[in-house]
Amino acid sequence: MNKLIASIKEALRLAGIRDGMTLSFHHHLRNGDHVINMTVAALREMGIKDINLSASSLFQVHAPIIDAFEDETITSVESDYIGGDVGRAISMGRLKKKAVFRSHGHRPADIENGKMHIDIAIIAAPSSDASGNCTGKYGKSACGSLGYAMPDARCADRVIVVTDHLVSYPLPDFSIPETQVDYVVQVDSIGDPAGIVSSTTKITRDPVGLRIAAYAAQSILHSGLLKDGFSFQTGAGGASLAAAMYLKDIMLKQNIHGSFCMGGITGYLVDMLNAGCFEQLMDVQCFDLKAVESIRTNPRHREVSATHYAAPGPRGCIADHLDAVILGATEVDLNFNVNVHTDSQGVIMGGSGGHSDVAAGAKLAIIVAPLTRARLPLIVNRVNCISTPGSTVDLLVTQYGLAVNPSKTELKERLKAARLPVCSLEELKAKAEEMSGIPAPIFKGEKVVADVLYRDGGLMDQIHGVF
Amino acid sequence: MIRTLSFLPGNTPNMLINGETLGADALILDLEDAVSPAEKDTARILVRNYLRTQRIRKTFLIVRINATDTAYWRDDLAIILPEKPDAVLPTKVSGRQMLDTLTAEMSRVEQDAGLERPTPLLPLIETAMGVENAIEIASYSDRIMGLALGGEDLTADLHCKRTKEGQEIFYARTRLVCAARAAGVNVFDTPFTDVDDMEGLEKDAQFAKALGFSGKLVISPRHIDTVNAVFSPTEEEIEYARLILACIRDAKAQGKGVVSLRGKMIDAPIVARARQVVEDARQIFGEEEDTDE
Repeated sequence: MNKLIASIKEALRLAGIRDGMTLSFHHHLRNGDHVINMTVAALREMGIKDINLSASSLFQVHAPIIDAFEDETITSVESDYIGGDVGRAISMGRLKKKAVFRSHGHRPADIENGKMHIDIAIIAAPSSDASGNCTGKYGKSACGSLGYAMPDARCADRVIVVTDHLVSYPLPDFSIPETQVDYVVQVDSIGDPAGIVSSTTKITRDPVGLRIAAYAAQSILHSGLLKDGFSFQTGAGGASLAAAMYLKDIMLKQNIHGSFCMGGITGYLVDMLNAGCFEQLMDVQCFDLKAVESIRTNPRHREVSATHYAAPGPRGCIADHLDAVILGATEVDLNFNVNVHTDSQGVIMGGSGGHSDVAAGAKLAIIVAPLTRARLPLIVNRVNCISTPGSTVDLLVTQYGLAVNPSKTELKERLKAARLPVCSLEELKAKAEEMSGIPAPIFKGEKVVADVLYRDGGLMDQIHGVF
Repeated sequence: MIRTLSFLPGNTPNMLINGETLGADALILDLEDAVSPAEKDTARILVRNYLRTQRIRKTFLIVRINATDTAYWRDDLAIILPEKPDAVLPTKVSGRQMLDTLTAEMSRVEQDAGLERPTPLLPLIETAMGVENAIEIASYSDRIMGLALGGEDLTADLHCKRTKEGQEIFYARTRLVCAARAAGVNVFDTPFTDVDDMEGLEKDAQFAKALGFSGKLVISPRHIDTVNAVFSPTEEEIEYARLILACIRDAKAQGKGVVSLRGKMIDAPIVARARQVVEDARQIFGEEEDTDE
């Protein structure tokens, strides 16, 4: 059966594209992705309207789709993270319908249980054969794991693979099998490698970031969780990686052998695997070339689907097995609620990603952030948007001190006994305001531009426009 | 107890505002080498304002002023001393004459500002003459809180190369320790200048501690934790010191004159050392004072 189609436009036509459909995309090509823009350009040429764009994340590179908001080719967006100008355009009210934010776990859960029906999934694949066996591990646009594309491929009515590296049948080490793929399109380039993965991911040298990271690692050490079998997740941000670096030193010195590390995998976590800190890496997304090389060559570095990573439900997921996670925040409020959706002006600049999933799943959820950023205090009375509920956050680590969720009395005692600078959220807030003053309230428009859903499907918060 | 003295450029507000969070026991707010001539007045004003803000910890705040052969040091003192820094760090201190000039100006500014207490001095010894006059400097007056060694300028003055091994400053190190201890003041070792060599840093700090230094200057915030750890008593040392003090207490209660622990005689220097360890632990970790008498 020949699945090779000459163009994305033709594949869409064969897949039965029509107005009002839901089209889905993954974000493994991150800020180097060309496929969403190419597909949206094809839709506009075809005169298709009222598309619901479901992407696991959107970045600055996707700014050209804003034109498709204006001509109503796209009228709604469902995503886990919306950055750059796309987020700003939604905050400015340029999208016809409300955007819907889910988490990285809730999205695949809703895809698999049918609550989010995908008509056509367009899967950018760094390597594929003509029958659609495809992977992210090989090719000039290699991105490593294709974990976020897996539920889309499994559940969409029609699946189009778009690749710039067509290999002879069968591609041996496939991530998505031909049984889930209807059409294959070969293009010159699916993305810019410089924006897909970093050549290296660097640990911060900022002394404040390093101080925060050291406190986070010490908190994990003294929490009682750091022992053989320990499991861990951290982000690719500078302070998070630095915390992993400190943790690696502690684990090696104390001869602690963890079970697995989940993520968002970087070269530093690969180093921890190879140094014997962990038995396995569970990889839903690679962040740098070292991680891509590792997932390709090391059987202990496993590719997992977004569903397996974090989808809530009775069958469980990896996030539920985590001991400790280190996460960031743009704002934290006095109830430990965390905002990672909007910036200090209330403009959409991100989203939960897996933030709320792993905070809920892990035994110890640590938020790391500087107490002030550009003269703005981190801690507020009420966050502009609740991304992750405070009931799932155990600890806030800043350079000025550590605030433990009052419900975690044992953790508080342990950290105090370890002579870490434990204080209250109120004390940290007062310190930040002493340094930078109390910011004026931000402008909030009347119109709601986005709903933020929690991983259980409930409405967590709403984001108002800023126009 | 001061184990680490970390330099912070006086003209960088972000570094100043976060300085206390970096973990050093003392901060040296620098008006000298880290600040270009065009920024001297900016740095003075920033450091003055910083000294006026509320502290989160009991960090010891020292201001490094410009050398007495420059046009800046008098203005430094005029702006800084009224804010009552914990100490002033003068550079290239070579002997009594320089200290006479400096302290005369300090006294004048302090009197004008109505200060009751003279501001302590931590002279930076970084010339051959300064090393040779170490005892004269250390015992100059009650203002002297300690001596600090600056190895980089010293080796330039000695016409030799500064090395990681530090053979070339061995004499200066031991001479400063001896002079400071003879005068009953603290003594702080030169910074380790390779920011990325953490193993080398630990070795260098351990060597300084073994020679008798009280602590060490640091030029990178990344060095603070390592130097703090080297100059802190370990849990085992604290435990052992407490055991010694408990033995002494029991022996006194029982009227014994000679005391031994684990087969070793406990004599006066061992008891003094144990008291010092327990006192250091109290200052570093804020633990309860051991009552051994």
